[in-house]
Amino acid sequence: MSVATAPASPGSIRSELVGARLPSWAPYGSAVAAMGLAVLLRTLLDWTGWATTVLAAAALFVIVLTAWSFGIEGRRQAKNRFATTLIYASFLAAIVPLVLILTYIGVKGFSVFSADFFLRSMNGVTSRMDGGGVYHALIGTLQQVAIAAIIALPIGIFTAIYLVEYGRGTFARIVTFFVDVMTGVPSIVAGLFVYTFLLLGFGMRPFGAAGALALAILMVPVSVRASEEMLKLVPRDLRDASYALGVPKWRTVLKVVLPTAMSGLITSSLLAIARVAGETAPLILLTGYTASINFNPFSGDQATLPMMVWDQLGKRSGTTSNDLTEARAWGAALTLVLLVLILNVGARLLARLAKPKTS
Amino acid sequence: MAKRIDVEDVNVFYGDFLAVQDASINIAPLSVTAFIGPSGCGKSTFLRVLNRMHEVIPGGRVSGKVLLDGEDLYGPGVDPVNVRRTVGMVFQKPNPFPTMSIYDNVIAGYKIAGTKKNKSTMDDIVERSLKGANLWEEVKQRLNRPGAGLSGGQQQRLCIARAIAVEPSVLLMDEPCSALDPISTLAIEDLISELKTRYTIVIVTHNMQQAARVSDRTAFFNLAGVGQPGRLIEYDDTATIFSNPKVKATEDYISGRFG
Repeated sequence: MSVATAPASPGSIRSELVGARLPSWAPYGSAVAAMGLAVLLRTLLDWTGWATTVLAAAALFVIVLTAWSFGIEGRRQAKNRFATTLIYASFLAAIVPLVLILTYIGVKGFSVFSADFFLRSMNGVTSRMDGGGVYHALIGTLQQVAIAAIIALPIGIFTAIYLVEYGRGTFARIVTFFVDVMTGVPSIVAGLFVYTFLLLGFGMRPFGAAGALALAILMVPVSVRASEEMLKLVPRDLRDASYALGVPKWRTVLKVVLPTAMSGLITSSLLAIARVAGETAPLILLTGYTASINFNPFSGDQATLPMMVWDQLGKRSGTTSNDLTEARAWGAALTLVLLVLILNVGARLLARLAKPKTS
Repeated sequence: MAKRIDVEDVNVFYGDFLAVQDASINIAPLSVTAFIGPSGCGKSTFLRVLNRMHEVIPGGRVSGKVLLDGEDLYGPGVDPVNVRRTVGMVFQKPNPFPTMSIYDNVIAGYKIAGTKKNKSTMDDIVERSLKGANLWEEVKQRLNRPGAGLSGGQQQRLCIARAIAVEPSVLLMDEPCSALDPISTLAIEDLISELKTRYTIVIVTHNMQQAARVSDRTAFFNLAGVGQPGRLIEYDDTATIFSNPKVKATEDYISGRFG
């Protein structure tokens, strides 16, 4: 072995650190090859429709790329290519339906959007008539969700404070257990509960706040869980620092823990609100539906956006009314989606404002 | 102002686990006492016993007596909140309140506790405490900026300012320099020698040179093995501990033969 060190020109001597690599266009090449093979299979095997071909192309792509990589780059790189492909595929599988749904609702719903659509109720608008709007349902949804939030968020946040700051032993474990159980309660069960106790028990007619009560029941566990996580994120150092200054525990929670977690608590609360805004099942039982505007959530039927979608789709009868009612249903659905979107964006903005600043 | 501490036969527990066994120590007022020893020997745990911070940890309990100028901190009816107002503490990691400005961090002890004071008194306390912590010149132009925006060493001095703002009699420091660079460490050590003129100081440190530099007396803690309780092995003048220790384990530890 020669010790004379001629500077190794790159490429002439194979360093152990440089492994064989596929060209950078390898994934695209594999994709083209996989598509070609799939089309070939399609003609050979007389497949009809395109679903099988597309799935075959996807499977072939994984096989081609992994095998090619295995042949040239070796086992470790092949595993990496395989796993990377699967992860991207999962991402697509998650995002594609979401985008499709939102686009579909957007396109379908936007056609009926006009200033009138937001300022008119459905009062006197029959299924064969044009016009009408979501105003009555928007009022109902906003009022009921607001009432639900006023009831549920304090309970949720205070329970979370109890669990994180005070809860020790059996009782805290029981609370945690029941919160978990409540998270899984189907929304119709919450509706039935309120229906039995309030409407049947006191012989009342359906009204808006009854729906809000069921929404509150659904909101509490979501709020507890999310707030609990946020409070747990507050470092113990800060509590210690406060105790060491001779501050009582309750003031430590009030003045140190809550302000530090405020940004997270706002996010968790608005997400809990967004979670119940689209609930339909309990409202069917509890709020009734009316085509006219009802500003009083404590008396009389009150419309909500999900109920309006349900109502409009239920009124399809002939071909003309099909188009009109369906369009209004999509419009109400889009309004609901936008409402949730606004809540989410609002949550993020508020959270950013409340976030501790570092510079 | 500064008070003496006398600990008599204290046992410290985490649940059923005995963390420190039969520790007794007498700490003179206006002195700096250093606790040294290997990790897990219970020196930080013992430090937290001195201001009743140990019981904040679930399952933490203490038996024995801790006398502050003759008054038992663990006596019946003693409010841990009042104990902590008298015995302040600085932690290993600088922990300024992230939601508060530098100014608010210094007066946090009053502000969070809900003690009302007028603006000029507050201003005086902030200036005096920051000067006491050698931080005033560096931050006086930006008192309304967030405390979390300072450097690590400045944050730790801010925490010291916060601790002395409530005018404690004793100041406990749990490895206050372990997260800091040498220059910030020097600043804190200089500060300790100044604070000594007004407070009784107890400091836990892993840095033996630091113990030798700043303390008047040194206590060496050790544990017989994993799962065994920590014990106070030797307690003497710092000079004696580092030049002529009486116990073999102390000599081994300070000369680097174990731990």
